[in-house]
Amino acid sequence: MGIFNGPCPFDERFTKNDGYPTKSSTIQTSTERAVYNKFKEFENANSLKQVKLYRDIHFEYIRGGLDHLHKYFVVLDASKPWLCYWMLHSLDLLGNEITPDIIKRGISTISKLQNVTGGFGGGPGQISHAAVTYAAVNVLATIGTKEAYDIIDRENLYKWFLKLKKPDGSFIMHEGGEVDVRGAYCCLSAAALTNLITPELTAGTSEWIKRSQNYDGGIGGEPGIESHGGYAFCGLAAMEIMGKSEELDISLLLRWASSLQMQVEGGFQGRPNKLVDGCYSFWVGALFPLLEVIISRQYEKKHENKERDLAQSLFDRESLQEYILIASQSPKGGFIDRPGSSPDYYHTCYCLSGLSTSQNHVVYDVKKHKEDLNAGMRSLLWFEDTEDINVVGDSDNLLVHKIIKYFYEGN
Amino acid sequence: MASYYLEANWDDLVPIPQDDGPEPLTPISYDKECYSEAMSYFRAVALKDERSERALSLTEKIIKHNPAHYTIWHYRQQILFSLEKDLYNELDFITDQWIIKTYNLWDKELAFIDKLLDDDVRNNSAWNQRYFVIFFNPNEPTEELLAQEVQYGINKILLAPNNISPWNYVKGIIAKSKEQDISVLEGLCKELEKQNIISYHALGCLVDIYESRAKRGSIEDKNLGIKTCELLAEKRDNIRQKYWEYRKQVLT
Repeated sequence: MGIFNGPCPFDERFTKNDGYPTKSSTIQTSTERAVYNKFKEFENANSLKQVKLYRDIHFEYIRGGLDHLHKYFVVLDASKPWLCYWMLHSLDLLGNEITPDIIKRGISTISKLQNVTGGFGGGPGQISHAAVTYAAVNVLATIGTKEAYDIIDRENLYKWFLKLKKPDGSFIMHEGGEVDVRGAYCCLSAAALTNLITPELTAGTSEWIKRSQNYDGGIGGEPGIESHGGYAFCGLAAMEIMGKSEELDISLLLRWASSLQMQVEGGFQGRPNKLVDGCYSFWVGALFPLLEVIISRQYEKKHENKERDLAQSLFDRESLQEYILIASQSPKGGFIDRPGSSPDYYHTCYCLSGLSTSQNHVVYDVKKHKEDLNAGMRSLLWFEDTEDINVVGDSDNLLVHKIIKYFYEGN
Repeated sequence: MASYYLEANWDDLVPIPQDDGPEPLTPISYDKECYSEAMSYFRAVALKDERSERALSLTEKIIKHNPAHYTIWHYRQQILFSLEKDLYNELDFITDQWIIKTYNLWDKELAFIDKLLDDDVRNNSAWNQRYFVIFFNPNEPTEELLAQEVQYGINKILLAPNNISPWNYVKGIIAKSKEQDISVLEGLCKELEKQNIISYHALGCLVDIYESRAKRGSIEDKNLGIKTCELLAEKRDNIRQKYWEYRKQVLT
């Protein structure tokens, strides 16, 4: 399997423009060529068994960013928790220890961003923002110590979540800001980790997300807006946190998600007829473990608890790994969207997350899930099984377990 | 004293430097003379909740450095409201879809989308916008309009049968129609096959058609569906092998 070893000769995989080229198909053709050349170049110099994850180089790249960022990063000055999250999560996936020094500095950095009115801002003194708060809580979860968890002002966090909530069930990103399905996911994810999910917080939200599912099966930023890989992940993950995924048209969403894996590149595009991008290795790639679980659950319901054969996942895992490791890995450290670009921390985090998704097979554990539901934990706790070389970790499950246990069992 | 970079008079304010705490993670080496200074005055202005012309120009300077600075945008919005400014210049924020809904521009929009799709039939955003215009319009679409739209989509498929966007579109329209069924696309799929035009979207559409009939009990369609899934999985759409195997499993 994979792009190289599949039954379809490589040269026949190119997307047909049907003799009717347009702007979109022309740029697609040149992207396919660039990725193809990258694959060929690699194949000529190495055997495929030599595909490697440059762990040490990535570590250096990330470690550097934690201590110093060039002045052009000012465009991310309202995204400090994101920078911390992308880097710490990457380190964690690479299997690097989060050292006591980083733990101390991480807790101090994030605590400076919390507002007394609830939530976290993108920098000191900045107003609270849903996406940034999601990243901040994830940083604290990644750090994984009691001291980290304890800085969260849960009472005001909850009050602030309610301020972001609109009567139709949607969430705005910040006070005075725009409605967006990211708002719902970011608030619900942070609430799920800190034991703040209530019927009051989730009322109407699943109905609103359902209205954001489009005719093609994908999910847009709000009802009527074009489907997009990032929004689709936010929408489905939010539904799963609420235990409401079945309200979506799952087979249509699966069809749409499947259609986004590129036949030459192996990676994912974020929307039909757009270019491949390493970051969708996660945003679209991670739809599959969720969809696989939902489908298994539906199957078990229908067939009286008979378990579905879950040996297979529903996307081409090998091809995705080839795209990430050969076409989007920078030899200087970090990952990129597609050949020709420069690495950044965002793509590094989501390429590694996509790699983790394609290397760790999460299997739905009915019994565990029921236990967790009974304990009031609406989160995705399954067990995993690792299967590949060059494996990056999937410590998410462990970390998620740890923070949830802390907040649900009382502190 | 404020530098030349900040034009207004700020002598009455004491700038407040950023408090990151000791040894923060991911520190940015700010351009001290421009960005850091502007932000320090911003913190002082915001603390007073001052809504003035000089505060407005300060927000503009900061946004130039960092367009994603939502706190600054939020403050700017409040200043604009307080100063009762003409908001026309700020219209960039507002989405196209909001304008269409508010000013009832549905008919004009469809002509505009025609042009976008004539320019690039693979413009997926334009296809989505077309669907929006038809179904988010306060006037419920007639069956006649839906039939026209299916035909419009089919014509565009014939231009480039490997273009997924109109396939998704026609299937979406048919799903909304009370009178049409996915089988109306069978003729199109068979015609492409006859002309030896290979499109895995056409084969995928046939799977949908066979599946819909198999659900109503047709064994023949079930078998055709299984065979088509196998063809897609093994040959025509190999990257989605797992997906087509799953579709086959559902049919079986």
